[in-house]
Amino acid sequence: MTARLAVLALAAALLVTLPFWMTSIYYINVASQVLFYAIFALGLNVIAGYGGLVSLGHAGLFGIASYATGYALAAGFGHIAAILISLCVGLVAMAIYAVLSLRATGIGFIMITLALGQIVWGLAYRWISVTNGDNGINLHGRPEPFGLSLSSASSFYYATLVVFVIAVAAVAVFVRSPLGAALMGTRDQPRRMNALGYHVWAIRFWACMLSGLLTSISGILFVYYTQFISPQTLALTSSAEVLLMVISGGAGTLVGPIVGAALVIIIKSVVSGFIERWNMLLGAIFVAIVILMPEGLVPGSARLWRLMRRKMSAAPRARAEASS
Amino acid sequence: MSALTVTDLRKSFGGLRVTRGVNLNVERGERRLIIGPNGAGKTTLFNLITGELTPDSGSVALFGSDITRAPSRRRPHLGMARTYQIITLFPNDTIIHNVCLALLGLSPIRWNPFLDMRRQGHVVEQAGEALARVGLSHIAERPLSQTSYGERRRVEIAMALAQNPKVLLLDEPFAGLSIDERRDVHQLLLGIPRDVTMVMIEHNMDVALEFAERITLLHFGEVIVEGTRAEVVADPRTREVYLGH
Repeated sequence: MTARLAVLALAAALLVTLPFWMTSIYYINVASQVLFYAIFALGLNVIAGYGGLVSLGHAGLFGIASYATGYALAAGFGHIAAILISLCVGLVAMAIYAVLSLRATGIGFIMITLALGQIVWGLAYRWISVTNGDNGINLHGRPEPFGLSLSSASSFYYATLVVFVIAVAAVAVFVRSPLGAALMGTRDQPRRMNALGYHVWAIRFWACMLSGLLTSISGILFVYYTQFISPQTLALTSSAEVLLMVISGGAGTLVGPIVGAALVIIIKSVVSGFIERWNMLLGAIFVAIVILMPEGLVPGSARLWRLMRRKMSAAPRARAEASS
Repeated sequence: MSALTVTDLRKSFGGLRVTRGVNLNVERGERRLIIGPNGAGKTTLFNLITGELTPDSGSVALFGSDITRAPSRRRPHLGMARTYQIITLFPNDTIIHNVCLALLGLSPIRWNPFLDMRRQGHVVEQAGEALARVGLSHIAERPLSQTSYGERRRVEIAMALAQNPKVLLLDEPFAGLSIDERRDVHQLLLGIPRDVTMVMIEHNMDVALEFAERITLLHFGEVIVEGTRAEVVADPRTREVYLGH
């Protein structure tokens, strides 16, 4: 517990002081990306990790919230109104996703979400009169909460950090709650949960809504960060990428998706500058994780740490027994 | 008024008629045993009673109220609990967490996304009491994956009892248990108060006959013999299809 608190305190200190010791604007922007993609991964983890419902269409939801922000701002709404409208649109889209896809579980759920994601991508790509097709939509300006401009890399990073901390706290509270426990119960034994009096479908639906909320928040942060949204953001590869963040970090854990997001974004944005075939490196890392730590980096590391400690505590005892 | 009334219940899977007009009348507080050879439709009958399967025709009534069309998730709220032939628990959690889930299933706080489950003292307390009834309070915090088969069977019964059921359906509670474990579970079932009506499927006749007051013999989805323990055991049809000569 003490070690965990120490790691947590160190991580918090590093995150809060990051713009001071990381002088390059590029790397501060990469850190912002890690944070909002971590929120996205946390959102997917709610249903994939805790609910056992793997979605391959979440990039569609992410994109819907991003496009909604762009449209609302273009229509003349202020930033607060645009953000609220985008959250509502994202939640309505998630509700539609959930109603359609929760008719199935397992492979069926994956295929329905994949199809829905592809429909949204197809609309964004082909409905040019509305979405501007491949050219996408440009945004101008960022919100100014409490009069603070978010135009600089550091200020945007801090705003993203605040939202990230709230998102992590929200998921942590949810996981410990009765509804969170019920969601994990529906993942492990849906039939038993039904026999115990739980409404399995409704529990999954509300989990999807929380997932949709987090996904929409990350989509809004993304579009404010890039100031641009195009169909590429909604593509299947984006859905697969965030799913890899969840799986590589550790599905069904709080910290896993955050670590997974950091891994993918750092390789994509930083390592790609040094290694031309960074995609191959990313693939190799995933293969290594799946082979060595099938449960993900965070639970896998915890397992190795426990094993190491057990061995370290056993060694002096064995020596003492041998000498006596 | 009967605790459980099943009237002309029928169920087919394609061309296979699994339940053929079953009638069952279980009085309050009664201990009813359902026996029959493999494939007789005993577990299907339980699944129809609990709503996990929808009958093709017929009705199920709980204390006089027709629950045939009630979703299976509603039935625990109406006082019906069950255990499964194949133990169905949450292996990644502790024993007490399993029982807490059973308690929360009937509580409105199951929808709450903000409360900390660990701080729900009354739920944990009730779960502890249920575990004490089955003699497992000393290992309440143990992960379920580190328990024996017999202990898991008792956890299942604790989960059912935690919901304070009026009608308890037990599907082969002695299956796979050692002699000692069987004795423990038997004592546990004998200790369940009379306000709980119990219907049990069981193949182990030694313990089952001691438990049962009335017995129903199913064969190919039909009730072929029903009566008191002595009547059913003495009936030649029971010997023919089930007990053997």
